[in-house]
Amino acid sequence: MSTNESARAGFLAIELDGAGWDGAGFGSLTEAVLAAESAGFHVATFTDEPAPGRANALQRAAYAGPITRTIALVPEVDTVYTEPFHVSTQLASLDYVAGGRAGWIATAGESPEAAAAVGREFVSGAALGQEAAASIEVSRRLWDSWEDDAVIRDVATGRYIDVDKLHYADFETPADFAGAAYSVKGPSIIPRPLQGQLPVLVPASLLGGVSADAVDGVLVNAPTPELLAAEVRDVRTRVGASVAVVAELDVVLDARGQAAGDRGAGADSGRARYTGPAAALVDLLAPLLAEADGVRLHPASLAVDLGELARLVLPELRRRGALRSPVQDGTFRDLLGLERPTNRYASAAAGTGK
Amino acid sequence: MTQHSRATSNVFTPTGKLQFGIFFQGVNSGTIWKAPESGSQTDFESFRRIAQTAERGLFAAFFLGEGLRLREHLGRPHALDVVGRPDAQTMLAALASVTNNIGLVATQNTTYNDPADLAHRLASMDLISGGRAAWNIVTTDNAWTGANFRRGGYLDHADRYKHAEAFVETAKRIWDSWETPNGPARPVLHEGQHYTVDVTPRLPRSAQYRPVLFQAGDSPQGRDFAARQADVIFSAHPTFDDAVEFRQDLVARSLAAGRGANAVQIMPASEFILAPTAEEAAEKKEWVRSLQIGPQQAVAYLEQFWGRELSDYDPDGPLPEIDPVVEETSETRGSGFHGAKARQLADQWRAEAKDKGLSIRQFVTSRTARVDSTFTGSYAAVADQLAEYARVGAVDGFNVSPWLIPTGLDDIVNHLVPELQERGVYPTEYRGTTLRENLGLETPVRSAETVRA
Repeated sequence: MSTNESARAGFLAIELDGAGWDGAGFGSLTEAVLAAESAGFHVATFTDEPAPGRANALQRAAYAGPITRTIALVPEVDTVYTEPFHVSTQLASLDYVAGGRAGWIATAGESPEAAAAVGREFVSGAALGQEAAASIEVSRRLWDSWEDDAVIRDVATGRYIDVDKLHYADFETPADFAGAAYSVKGPSIIPRPLQGQLPVLVPASLLGGVSADAVDGVLVNAPTPELLAAEVRDVRTRVGASVAVVAELDVVLDARGQAAGDRGAGADSGRARYTGPAAALVDLLAPLLAEADGVRLHPASLAVDLGELARLVLPELRRRGALRSPVQDGTFRDLLGLERPTNRYASAAAGTGK
Repeated sequence: MTQHSRATSNVFTPTGKLQFGIFFQGVNSGTIWKAPESGSQTDFESFRRIAQTAERGLFAAFFLGEGLRLREHLGRPHALDVVGRPDAQTMLAALASVTNNIGLVATQNTTYNDPADLAHRLASMDLISGGRAAWNIVTTDNAWTGANFRRGGYLDHADRYKHAEAFVETAKRIWDSWETPNGPARPVLHEGQHYTVDVTPRLPRSAQYRPVLFQAGDSPQGRDFAARQADVIFSAHPTFDDAVEFRQDLVARSLAAGRGANAVQIMPASEFILAPTAEEAAEKKEWVRSLQIGPQQAVAYLEQFWGRELSDYDPDGPLPEIDPVVEETSETRGSGFHGAKARQLADQWRAEAKDKGLSIRQFVTSRTARVDSTFTGSYAAVADQLAEYARVGAVDGFNVSPWLIPTGLDDIVNHLVPELQERGVYPTEYRGTTLRENLGLETPVRSAETVRA
């Protein structure tokens, strides 16, 4: 974390779910992510919630990789009805195409439809946390399964890789695993991601099933904006200082001569929702960004609200010193203040390589 | 003859044109890593560079393989060849944002993926790329690879294509499921031996209707499968006579499958070693081969069959006099050799090497050097050679495996493509923005199956 600015400064994430962006074509994804980056958002997230017309979240993040420089690209990827080996490879690949700016919001879909689509048993309750924990552990082991310097290209001995620096993951689900037991052998088919380990974030609802030690960030909800700060403090005491706490907020702004309340903000998302003028949003966010490590905004309409946020909200937050400066060519780990992790399998080094 | 009648005709008609694909292999001995100009196999810049070069040369398609388990050698990861590659669809989605016309082909396995999930991701890539996505269908399966997956994934080998075909048909129904561009989607149900699918698809049809289908199997079942399901077959028959014969065979199979004689295109895998003159090309070839099969690779190649370490043997000496320790080479470790009769093979090889006076390295080079799939010569001579393929319609194009990353297409794009254009056998512009348009494929008709379902 930068030492020149207030230690209390936070980062701003924006959910680019595609909803409300003018034009249905995928030019709109380019426009949205570039607008978010130039507005100074630190992180773009990509939901994988099923919705007609919505393309795969990880692919949308990958598409954004080569056309952006600074913004972190963080898709949601389900852990229950996916193959952990594929998920791990896809996320590592995302880190390569995004120049070390990738992260993962690990979700555990409680969805009978998702289960039926792949012909699996429906998973619910506490088993969801177990599924998420297992899949995260598989990814973390596979990301470490190549040491950083495994590709040696040693012409003298004819070796492209040093096999001593490749490791089997040998993951097995724990004995009390509620779902069908599985194992993953490894090593990964792609070298260690640029960041070593991608930052992994989970919704707070998965804590318990997923240990705080296994993640780098937690997404926190509250019923109203006013209750968010207290909820952030509460989660902070549970996860400790080394895990980023990110508050979730829906945003409907007065815009284009229309009061926010008249805009029809859509169905209840289960998140706190701010409705009103930009100035009061600044007053809400400034103290919240001092309490939380970051806030993720879910604009009611990207087409309408992103412009207002860029014009009226982010500049004022910057002026008040509430926002971290985006780091040119920085990684997502840099933004979160995380060191490059040691590799759990590295022979000489100690550490868990989280 | 109009496009329409060509598509439905039961008579094969050459288009008189060729197209190129590029296969960025990522794992093989064909890619040279020992030269100073050998670039990264994982940095995005390597992929961007080669994809944009291909697009400058009006290539139809950019192929990526799929990695499911690292190759092993004598029980450990194979150390001597290029290895380590990104997930195909993730990389292709990224390339979609820095290219405009080139098709993006992901190799994906039917054993280690779920039909609904894979169909959704391919449709997604198709939308993101504006109708440039394709699926190269592969069906390999074995318990060793399955060790990386929840479902394990070992199938009875005989069922492989039956299973793959049910998978592909389910995927097609998923891509067919939106009644109009705005919906509604019809649910797709499939209850099979290996998969149960019950899904209401979420994505509309793309600008090219659905992803183009490539298939690479070469067995009789593989060819029939391609004749029934695929748009393009990625064949292993690049030599002229072989290619002509393969075309005849595929036309017959396509007609038997109830499709037109021109329904399935053919693009063999190939390698190009080019220079201004024949002499320079021959010299270059020697250099390429010496770097592809180094002394260690030559010995390791034999070790795969001998099942034992042979590192004490001189690569420039004769083949080992000791016998393989195994009756048959073990089940695949990603090496691509299944159950060869090891001792019998060793005897044959020793006799052949002795007969021709070949060292270990020379012998292995002669066996692995893609003698069959390499076009070597001056730009003009190779262009003449390829023009003949176009004239008779032996193939629809070539899928190029470059031996150098990321500059391996430069010779082809800068020198061979203009020669082919002069001969009128290569496009001078992209026909359209979708892969289907650029390949000259028909738009699929919404299937009766779906309408009924």
